[in-house]
Amino acid sequence: MREIAYEDIVKAVKNMVIHTATNLPEDALRKLKEAHEKEKSPVAKKVLEQLLENAEIARTEKRPLCQDTGLAVYFVKMGQDVHVTGGTLTDAINKGTEEGYVEGYLRASTCDCFTRANLKDVIGYNLPAVIHYDIVEGDKIEIEYAAKGGGSENVSRARVLAPAQGPQGVIDFVKEVISEAGPNPCPPIIVGVGIGGTFEKAAVSSKYALFREAGKPNPDPAVAEFEKELLFELNKLGIGAMGMGGTETVLAVHVEKNPCHIASLPVSVNVQCHSSRHNHITL
Amino acid sequence: MSQVHYLTTPLTDEDIMNLKAGDIVYLSGTIFTARDAAHKRLVDLIESKEELPFPLQGAVIYFVGPTPPKPGEPIGSAGPTTSYRMDSYSPTLIKYGLKGMIGKGKRNQAVKDACKEYKAVYFGATGGAGALLGKLIKEAKVIAYEELGPEAVRMLKVENFPVTVINDAYGNDLYEEGRRQYEVKD
Repeated sequence: MREIAYEDIVKAVKNMVIHTATNLPEDALRKLKEAHEKEKSPVAKKVLEQLLENAEIARTEKRPLCQDTGLAVYFVKMGQDVHVTGGTLTDAINKGTEEGYVEGYLRASTCDCFTRANLKDVIGYNLPAVIHYDIVEGDKIEIEYAAKGGGSENVSRARVLAPAQGPQGVIDFVKEVISEAGPNPCPPIIVGVGIGGTFEKAAVSSKYALFREAGKPNPDPAVAEFEKELLFELNKLGIGAMGMGGTETVLAVHVEKNPCHIASLPVSVNVQCHSSRHNHITL
Repeated sequence: MSQVHYLTTPLTDEDIMNLKAGDIVYLSGTIFTARDAAHKRLVDLIESKEELPFPLQGAVIYFVGPTPPKPGEPIGSAGPTTSYRMDSYSPTLIKYGLKGMIGKGKRNQAVKDACKEYKAVYFGATGGAGALLGKLIKEAKVIAYEELGPEAVRMLKVENFPVTVINDAYGNDLYEEGRRQYEVKD
């Protein structure tokens, strides 16, 4: 069985956290540039210009892209032939998160949900991270990461539809969520849609959909077609960059589909702001 | 057609009445930061008739929770946070002299009404442009509620800080107007 040291995971996670806060990934940057080219509204175009300039300043001067440096969210694929020595994988990811947020001068944004007291001196700086695990074949650990901001989480929604509502019901629901969100989640946005499964499976799928390379279609052609239709429908809303009106509201729609119970049609919509800070490492 | 204005704080009623939804404003001077927790305390002080940590007359409040500054810098990244969380407090502050708010996202009718009644405006700054906006803040000093961390009240000195008028003192709303212009009805 292959062994990976706790300290090596901490270090790799820390470096990823620091890098991701100031470097907008290539896919998000490409999508923003495309939107800037296509946008019809001069006001929204100006906003998109600012966002591209912001990304450049962040990268060259190592300043966080956004003051909301997010909660740290991870999807981990753990090979069943790997053993972590010197500590647990969860502790290593949390430790790397904390060190990255402290050393990168990022914001401590976790708080008690009722008292609202910051948890940096209680649990740790911007801890705990949100970690989803999957056990897979092999002897590697793949860690996918997102710094997930609060504004776009606040407008995300889940609902269990009646099976008879079908695909049109899903489109109507997603449209309702994005329309109601308007300027609040910092458009242009990426929309993650989890369909099927159970209530929580749909929600986790909608989150995982946001980890995909922006604009990369679902491998299932029927689902990819559905993504295209949703994208077209959502851009009719006219919300535009920062909600000031425009043609480019949604950069991409990613749909993840799951088998579900004969009685239900769960749908979850998770929204990602334009500052789509994602990264991954394989150890 | 939207106009461009260069304004210095504190803002006057005349400044406010010259602004229309969609106008671009480059703000200079002193502005103050406050998020939800600080707003609650400010409103509590007003209700118990105590002195506020900064003069409200003509003031501009920026809804922001910046990242920590790197050594030698006044502030970290500092873009706007979503404004609706301040909706229940803003009308009271406007009534007592607040002239401008900077944030992002929709405000409720009570805030829009207060802007109209007492002559104030709501500005939008570009959300997620924290690196760019943070650089335009030349000085930052915590003046109250240090224990709130990112949510403490700070006094900022800004130079040509770019904002757009979302809600003016005439009842106009750029979010509604802009969207109406580009919405495609089936």
